[in-house]
Amino acid sequence: MSSRTGTGAAGEAGPPQQHELLSAADVARTVARMAHQIIERTAPEPLVLLGIPTRGVPLAHRLAARIREFGGTVAGVGTLDVTLYRDDLRRRPPRPLETTELPEGGLDEVLVVLVDDVLYSGRTVRAALDAVREYGRPRAVQLAVLVDRGHRELPIRADYVGKNLPTSRDEEIGVLLTETDAADAVVIRRRSR
Amino acid sequence: MRHLLSTAGLERAAALALLDTADRLKQALLGREVHKLPTLRGRTVVTLFYENSTRTRASFEIAGKWMSADVVNISAGGSSVAKGESLRDTARTLAAMGADCVVVRHPASGAAHRMAGWVSTHVVNAGDGAHEHPTQALLDAATLRDRLGHLDGRSVTIVGDVVHSRVARSNMHLLTTLGARVHLVAPPTLLPTGVHRWPVTVGHDLDAALPGTDAVMMLRVQAERMHGGFFPSAREYSIRYGLSEARLGLLPEHAVVLHPGPMLRGMEIAHSVADSPRAAITEQVRNGVHVRMAVLYHLLAAQEDQP
Repeated sequence: MSSRTGTGAAGEAGPPQQHELLSAADVARTVARMAHQIIERTAPEPLVLLGIPTRGVPLAHRLAARIREFGGTVAGVGTLDVTLYRDDLRRRPPRPLETTELPEGGLDEVLVVLVDDVLYSGRTVRAALDAVREYGRPRAVQLAVLVDRGHRELPIRADYVGKNLPTSRDEEIGVLLTETDAADAVVIRRRSR
Repeated sequence: MRHLLSTAGLERAAALALLDTADRLKQALLGREVHKLPTLRGRTVVTLFYENSTRTRASFEIAGKWMSADVVNISAGGSSVAKGESLRDTARTLAAMGADCVVVRHPASGAAHRMAGWVSTHVVNAGDGAHEHPTQALLDAATLRDRLGHLDGRSVTIVGDVVHSRVARSNMHLLTTLGARVHLVAPPTLLPTGVHRWPVTVGHDLDAALPGTDAVMMLRVQAERMHGGFFPSAREYSIRYGLSEARLGLLPEHAVVLHPGPMLRGMEIAHSVADSPRAAITEQVRNGVHVRMAVLYHLLAAQEDQP
C-alpha cells in the first residue's frame, strides 16, 4: 500500500508540493454518500464488509457505522490481509503481514464488499479476490474505494467510488484517517525520489 | 535475510519480525479447511538431513507445502551420502538442480555455516551438532509469547543436558535477545566449559530454581552423544533433575513447561507432567509449523539482498 499512499505521511513535515484534495469534512461526506449508494444497490440483503489493511480497515468500520445509521443491514465487518497473495512479493524487501479477522459466520453465500482506500493498479484487489476464495464462496463480491486514481493494470473496477482523482504516475495519493494518522484528509504530492 | 544459521547475532527486530509473521500466518490459517497459501509457488525447498528427525523434518515439509513450495526430502541414509559424497558436493548438486533453499541438519557444528559459503541457495540450519537449532528457539519463543504475553523480564529455566544441546544454545541467545533472563540447571558434567561466559546464571538445584521461574524448559538426555559417564545412573538423574509431579507443584501458577521433544518420559519429565495443562509441548509443535513458514517467507518471498 505504501506505493500508493506514501508511508507515515502524517507524522512527518509535508513535502513542499503537497496539496489537500479532500478535507476532513469532504471525507466524512464522501463516506456517507458511499454508504447511501451501497444501501441503494444492496438492501435488504445483509452485507459483510472486509477492509484491506491498513486504511481499508477503518474505512470499512466507518462505512458499516453509516450504513447501519441509514437503515442498512451489516452482518459483519472484518479485516483481510492480502500480502500472502500478492504478485509483487519478490520485487520488494520482506513485507510484514497484517491481521486477518473474518466475521463470525464466514463468507459462504453472503454479499461481501471489499473496502480499500485507493484503487490504483488493481493488483491489491486481485490478491484480495484470491484471498477471499480461500475463506469461502461469497454469493457476490463488490468493491468500495475512497479514491480511484486510475492507471489500472488489470480488468478491475470499483462498484462504489468516493472520489475519482485522475493522477500522473509521478504523483502519490495519500489517504489520511484519524485512526492511523493525525487527521482525515486526502492529499496529493510528487513522488519522493 | 539471506540465511538462518543461528540465533546468536539475530537482531531483536529481526527476531520479533519473524515471530509476528508466524502469529499472523497462524491467524490467517485459523479455522480454514484448506491450509494452502500461494505465496511460495514455484520455489523449491530441499530438506537435507544427516541425522534422524521426526518433527523438524516433517514440520519444514508441511511449512513449505502449506505455502505452495515444492519440497524435496533427502536423508543421508538413502542418498549418495551413503556412497561417500561430501557435504559440499551434495550441496552443489542440489543448487545445480535449482533448489532455492536448503534446510540442513548435520551432526557437525558449523555445517550449515560452511554450506552457506559454498552455494548460492538460501540455507536454513535445522540443527548442527551441539551448536544451534534456531527454528526450535523461535518456536519456543512463540509458545512463550502465546502463554506469557511477552518475554521482557521473564525468567526461563533450562534444565538438563546443556552440553550436548543445540536447543539450549539457540534458546539462550534468542531469549536473552528478547529480554528474558535465562537460568541453567544441570549436573556439572552436563554443562559446557566456558558456560560462565554465557549471559546466563547457573545452578545445580532444580527445587530452588522452580518457584521463581516463568517457564521451565526440559532438555532430552542425549544418550547418543554421550561417550562416557556423565551421571551415575538414569534413576539418580531423574530424581535430581527430572520434572516430577511434586516439582510441578513448586512452579508458580502461570508457569509454562516446555520440552523440545522427543521426550523420554520417566527420565527428564514425568508422564503426568508431560500431559498436564501446564505443559505446552503440543503447542510448541503446532507453532513450529508457523514459525518455519515465517522463516521461509522471510527468506524466499522477498527481493534478493544484493550480496
